[in-house]
Amino acid sequence: MTLSLNKDTIEVIKEQDVVFAKNRIKESAVKIKMGLVNQTRLITAASELLRNMMRYANGGKCMIEVVTAGRNSGIRLTFTDKGPGIPDIAMAMKDGFSTGKSLGLGLPGTKRLVNEFDIKSKVGEGTIVTIIKWANG
Amino acid sequence: MDKIPILRMGAFLLVTIQVDLYDRLALTLEADLVQMVQKTSAKGVLIDISAVSIVDSFMGRIIGNIASMSKILDAETVVVGMQPAVAITLIELGLPLKGVHTALDVEKGMNLLKTMIDFTEDDEDLTEDDLIAE
Repeated sequence: MTLSLNKDTIEVIKEQDVVFAKNRIKESAVKIKMGLVNQTRLITAASELLRNMMRYANGGKCMIEVVTAGRNSGIRLTFTDKGPGIPDIAMAMKDGFSTGKSLGLGLPGTKRLVNEFDIKSKVGEGTIVTIIKWANG
Repeated sequence: MDKIPILRMGAFLLVTIQVDLYDRLALTLEADLVQMVQKTSAKGVLIDISAVSIVDSFMGRIIGNIASMSKILDAETVVVGMQPAVAITLIELGLPLKGVHTALDVEKGMNLLKTMIDFTEDDEDLTEDDLIAE
């Protein structure tokens, strides 16, 4: 069972908010003694998702939680936006697919960098992406 | 607005990125650098990213773009000082930075640039010799 210990929500609307959110995520990761490589993976994943939120949904919210499961602790990030939603998630998760002018690595790449990845989206309502990175995982 | 300074060193341009890049800063750097290559007829561009702790797909694409744009303006690009954690993340993300030359530190990067440029000049000498021979 995964228990949430500590919750923090950040509104991400301007580009400066993205920098602020990344710093807060880093602080949380350092607090649970996550190693440098995993910290880098987590912040890179967050960076991809924050950009998606800014580009496709004009911003949203980022919730940072410290979670524990047994002896393991980790960081759970939940990105919620009220954007246009993703019509075909399976397609969006494919390497090299993009509706914008990008490389199409954001979502599939993010999934490879974290331990748990969940995406829910409804067209016209928005998208929720949840990721977990364990301190030792 | 923030800007990343571009220093000129002989035939080379030197860029040291001391802050974590955000999107607009990276785009500005791309435009400035390509313009500087043309203005100074630089033969090589050295980008030091030793202080950069995060390179995501967007930043990776900008680095690749700078290398390709400089290439068609007849300048070579070498990226130096990448942190090991950044290298791990880039590969897992699926961004192998193909076509970008790398070196471990500034000194090795400078040497690599010099050899690459000497090599191209030698090449040109050879073709001239060949022409004379004919």
